[in-house]
Amino acid sequence: MGHVIRAEGLRKRFGETQALDGVDLDVESGTVLGVLGPNGAGKTTAVRVLATLLRPDEGRAEICGFDVRREATRVRALIGLTGQYASLDEELTGRENLVMIGRLLDLPRAEARARAAGLLERFRLSDAGGRAVKTYSGGMRRRLDIAASMINRPRVVFLDEPTTGLDPRARGEVWETVRELVADGATVLLTTQYLEEADALADRIAVFDHGRVIADGTPAGLKARAGRQTLAVRAAEVFRTGQLAEIVAELTGERPEVRAEAGLVTVPVTDPGVLRAVVQRLDEVDLVAAEVALRLPSLDEVFLSLTGHMASRDAADEAVGEQRLEGSVR
Amino acid sequence: MSTTMAAPPASALPPGRVSARRTVRHSLTLAWRNIAQLRHSPEKLIDVTLMPLVFLTLFLYVFGGAVAGNTHAYLQQLLPGLVAQMAMFATMGLGTALNEDMRKGVFDRFRSLPIARSAPLIGTVLGDTVRFLTVMVVLTAAGTALGFRFGSDPLRVLAGFGLAYLFYLAFSWISVVVGLLAPSPETVQGLAFIFVMPLTFGSSVFVANTSTMPGWLQAWTKVNPVTHLTDALRALLVSGPVGNHVWFTLAWAVGIVTVTFPIAMVMYARRA
Repeated sequence: MGHVIRAEGLRKRFGETQALDGVDLDVESGTVLGVLGPNGAGKTTAVRVLATLLRPDEGRAEICGFDVRREATRVRALIGLTGQYASLDEELTGRENLVMIGRLLDLPRAEARARAAGLLERFRLSDAGGRAVKTYSGGMRRRLDIAASMINRPRVVFLDEPTTGLDPRARGEVWETVRELVADGATVLLTTQYLEEADALADRIAVFDHGRVIADGTPAGLKARAGRQTLAVRAAEVFRTGQLAEIVAELTGERPEVRAEAGLVTVPVTDPGVLRAVVQRLDEVDLVAAEVALRLPSLDEVFLSLTGHMASRDAADEAVGEQRLEGSVR
Repeated sequence: MSTTMAAPPASALPPGRVSARRTVRHSLTLAWRNIAQLRHSPEKLIDVTLMPLVFLTLFLYVFGGAVAGNTHAYLQQLLPGLVAQMAMFATMGLGTALNEDMRKGVFDRFRSLPIARSAPLIGTVLGDTVRFLTVMVVLTAAGTALGFRFGSDPLRVLAGFGLAYLFYLAFSWISVVVGLLAPSPETVQGLAFIFVMPLTFGSSVFVANTSTMPGWLQAWTKVNPVTHLTDALRALLVSGPVGNHVWFTLAWAVGIVTVTFPIAMVMYARRA
């Protein structure tokens, strides 16, 4: 297995903002790399450089052995790109968009139509294929956008925050799509702000901050470094929150955080087995829980443990750099 | 590092550059995009449908009697002038549309495809031919209804409209540059007007006899490409000697494209 995406020392500056500050990436064939980071960390810039949309100031990058700068046309033939906002013609129908892209990829007219029909079917858009894209829901747009990136049967697929702004159902559909892509043999680089998403889809995760890769590894390794999971229990009867907090404290040996008005008790845990113990005890004392969950650390918590600072504050500081690229739709 | 790189099989090796033939085909596909948009929302042609009607009736009845003694005589010189003016005005929507397009994601898609950088811009310009055709059909039909008569043979008429189309294509690239230059779609119109006003009014479009103008303005009208296009059109559509006007117009068209096309390409690459 070779590396189909390879980047070394990528740097890119927009005015005052150093969007990329020496990024190295290696992605093996047939795997998914999750690029995790807050807004403004440089994720989009990295994708745009790798997809030949942006020239790096320094450093080099290769896709399947082709230099993204000198052999951009070859690279473009091998990749599929789905941006954060739909790269589609809103006024055309879904089918027209796909046929147009097929024709731009030099497919004969009949073949372009056939592939468009096949992709509409596969992405459950056959019924909507004749409607203008501007009438589509967010999830449909994203699916059509991904379908549009599939027309050339790419070896490498870039998905830039493919689920941002989608409802949970649409998000699940996009996840399913990503898994199908990998099953078809594509290599995928996807950016996300959610550890949960990277954990669900990626073989490896690269965490971006301030235009650098600050951590790189498997999801399991990253979670281990990022620290503990959170146990959250919510009492169905809010007045019993106090009792619930006592039970949780006793079983975990930690002082839980209590939000009495919501009946919510949260506590960091190291041993996932504690979940079972809590459920059992609640049963014994006949305390009904409206919610019992073991949550992965959030991006903020990952950042806190990796960098000592929170992710969201940087987002505000650095949004300027990528606002030009990201501003249009959200 | 290349030793660990997964090399694609030789048969699947994608071409390294885009041939001229493919660029033409891609441009036509992208021109089709504009035409398909118009098919979905034909109301976008409302400006090029009403513009010639308003200009024709206003100028004909405001200036007709004063400039040429009667409206019929004036119509015979005004209509070719309006063909020239409308060829220019019809390009103005292009800049606005392009400026809006660039804000949306679809141009990102084009950039990520293995097509020539110029194809989306060339396609946009060619696709706008529909606007040119609309303007010319409405103008000619309305003019004919008001009493305009072609004074030459069909071949010369066709040559006249062909010349106007070439000038239109060239002028489109000015609109493209303005569209790429302007910070927002709203500013495109304002900027475009600064170009268009002196060109149309400082010409022979509305007044065939420019000898009553002050010397500096006459000097301007003499070099103004719109004057040459108008005078060529008067000869080709109505009557009279063509002189050098066709050549001057063509030279201007080539000159405009030579200057604006590279500028447009650089601006387009910058906005990536």
